[in-house]
Amino acid sequence: MFEIKEKKELGKDLCQFRVHAPYIARRRRPGQFIMLRIYEKGERFPLTVSDADPESGDIWFIAMGIGKSTKLLNSLKEGDKIRDIVGPLGKPTPVKKHGTVACVGGGVGIALIYPLVKAYREAGNRLISILGARTKELLILEEEIRSNCDELIVTTDDGSYGRKGFVTDALRDLMEREKVDFVIAVGPVPMMKAVADLTRDRGIETMVSLNPIMVDGTGMCGACRVQVGGKTLFGCVDGPEFNAHEVDFDILMKRLSAYKPMEEESLRLFLAQGEGNTRVAGGE
Amino acid sequence: MPKELSPKERMAIPRHKMPEREPLERIKGFIEVNLGYTPELAMAEAQRCLQCKKPLCVEGCPVNIDIPFFIKLIEQGEFIEAARVIKRTNALPAICGRVCPQEQQCEKVCVLAKRGEPVAIGHLERFVADFEREQGEVKVETAGFTTGKKAAVIGAGPAGLTVAGELAKKGHEVAVFEALHAEGGVLTYGIPEFRLPNSVLEAEVDYVRRLGVEFITNFVVGKSATLDDLRAEGYQAFFIGSGAGLPNFMGIEGENLNGIYSANEYLTRVNLMRAYLFPEYDTPVIRGKHVAVIGGGNTAMDAVRTAKRLGAERAMIVYRRSREEMPARVEEVKHAEEEGIEFHFLTAPVRYLGDQHGWVKAMECIRMELGPPDESGRRRPVPIEGSNFTMEVDVVVVAVGVSPNPLIPRTHAGFKLGRRGEIVVDMNTLYTNVEGVFAGGDIILGGSTVILAMGDGRRAAHYMDLYLKGEFKP
Repeated sequence: MFEIKEKKELGKDLCQFRVHAPYIARRRRPGQFIMLRIYEKGERFPLTVSDADPESGDIWFIAMGIGKSTKLLNSLKEGDKIRDIVGPLGKPTPVKKHGTVACVGGGVGIALIYPLVKAYREAGNRLISILGARTKELLILEEEIRSNCDELIVTTDDGSYGRKGFVTDALRDLMEREKVDFVIAVGPVPMMKAVADLTRDRGIETMVSLNPIMVDGTGMCGACRVQVGGKTLFGCVDGPEFNAHEVDFDILMKRLSAYKPMEEESLRLFLAQGEGNTRVAGGE
Repeated sequence: MPKELSPKERMAIPRHKMPEREPLERIKGFIEVNLGYTPELAMAEAQRCLQCKKPLCVEGCPVNIDIPFFIKLIEQGEFIEAARVIKRTNALPAICGRVCPQEQQCEKVCVLAKRGEPVAIGHLERFVADFEREQGEVKVETAGFTTGKKAAVIGAGPAGLTVAGELAKKGHEVAVFEALHAEGGVLTYGIPEFRLPNSVLEAEVDYVRRLGVEFITNFVVGKSATLDDLRAEGYQAFFIGSGAGLPNFMGIEGENLNGIYSANEYLTRVNLMRAYLFPEYDTPVIRGKHVAVIGGGNTAMDAVRTAKRLGAERAMIVYRRSREEMPARVEEVKHAEEEGIEFHFLTAPVRYLGDQHGWVKAMECIRMELGPPDESGRRRPVPIEGSNFTMEVDVVVVAVGVSPNPLIPRTHAGFKLGRRGEIVVDMNTLYTNVEGVFAGGDIILGGSTVILAMGDGRRAAHYMDLYLKGEFKP
């Protein structure tokens, strides 16, 4: 059982949690994730560790409420308990000095690039962040990221904040303006694919963090297989980060949609339960 | 008390069949197929044992249970006492009585097997274990003292559970680190409810816990902490029973289409995560109409029988060799046939065909014929050119084996590894080349059985005990 020590609402259906998990806090490196199971009948699902403090033994993670599990998680309160958390899993990001690094984050992917922004800046890179959201109120961690990079560019689809348009528009302009040595992109699959297409022609090394469906998350079941460079690799042990130019995003997108009707049914039943639903989690 | 029978009278008694649920009834759900002996059946079957002076069955048992003695006790109606005799050498009899391949071990060498049918040792083991548990009389004989030595067991599967129980009985302080949220390893995620009910497993794990073992779930050694971290925490001896790693795929076209599972994923969804109870449980599984399971082992049988229970109209085994070479237990194959499973022998997939949404819809196969024996001693399947044909499928489960879990060798330098990434041990002592570290089960064999893993565990525990006491210096 892992008690929620702190919960912060970052935006609509977007929550940041702090839990005490000393082993994870001690060993976690940027890029790694945890598997969670909220309650006895829950599914196992991965979330990136957004921050960790080895001294206090606390870890932070951010969830966007999309399906039942993430909405259930976001409905929990401080003091509630999460049944299972295991990690840190996956390979840490191979942080090094490239020169100028562009970190592109879309939607909840911003939560994933935040630790990378910090790590790459600390490694001595000139760091430019490009954050994209559908609309202003969905933009997260703006200040945290701004204070950790050399330049911040914000785009919104509807133009309600920053520049109107997509992150790819901003990235294209940036690459025309100056030499970019390395690009990191984390966000919805179509965004990552668009970034990969954009940098491939220019020959700029690009890394993406993938979010395939996982079951055990520890390298046993093979649910999270992704096709990279024509080979089958496993998101949980070979990833979650891969060379963007080699990832088959179409297969990834199809595999991510495999359980859509069931996910919708699960969510519908959950929402129909209304207020009482949080009682299924923790503590009991 | 029955009168003492002569050997001739004993040999005249035919083997007693284990009562089973009717196939049409059992495929409707995940309820256990075998019903177990009644006390009367058990006592009658026990009468068949000739009480050999030199019992070959004991040698045939990987954990050397005193088989004639416990059977004698059953014959006398001393069921609880019989359970205790088994537990001296095997902490998990209700599991072994269900999933051990007795026909290749104790029962294979039973003297009665030469002339007819061996004593149903497995059925009897299961009976006493169930009897003891159901009577609520499970006595735990703890060591009653502590040596002050700490041992860490990595993985709460059959090997790890055995090691932990044995070491605790010898007075050592034992912690078992388990990566998943539940104990049991393959017994939990792999073996289905209809073969091994979860309640039985939980009771056996509870028994090990009552021996004094601490279980720490959600802990991946190699990730949450390394072996050296644990050493720094005061653990002096280690057993690696981390089991299977990633599943093998065949590397053929279309293998990443939706609807194609590894057996590990398919079974984990259904067993560990209870996907058959979706949407009460949150984890889903695709219920195919035409399900093909690739492979001929016990895992393949578990997967195909699971598919049937999930409502498949056609649940098929597709195996590249013939019936004779199938590694699955005879009982599992028999049960599968009774349940209407189709067997396509000498057949192998060559590629999968998908629809525009990325779902598998068909499988192109090729017919095989058997050539000369290969390194496994079985006749090698050779494709027959031009024999390709297509099968309509909407779910495929690939059950062609697993590789040893690479996590610990990857995160701790210095382990001597075999060709397939398995940890190399001294087969006698199960000692690795790393100080204080023993290993057993799938991590050293890469595709073993539950009982062989438990046999490893028992041997390793013996030498770990000596190691902790300073009496075994490798």
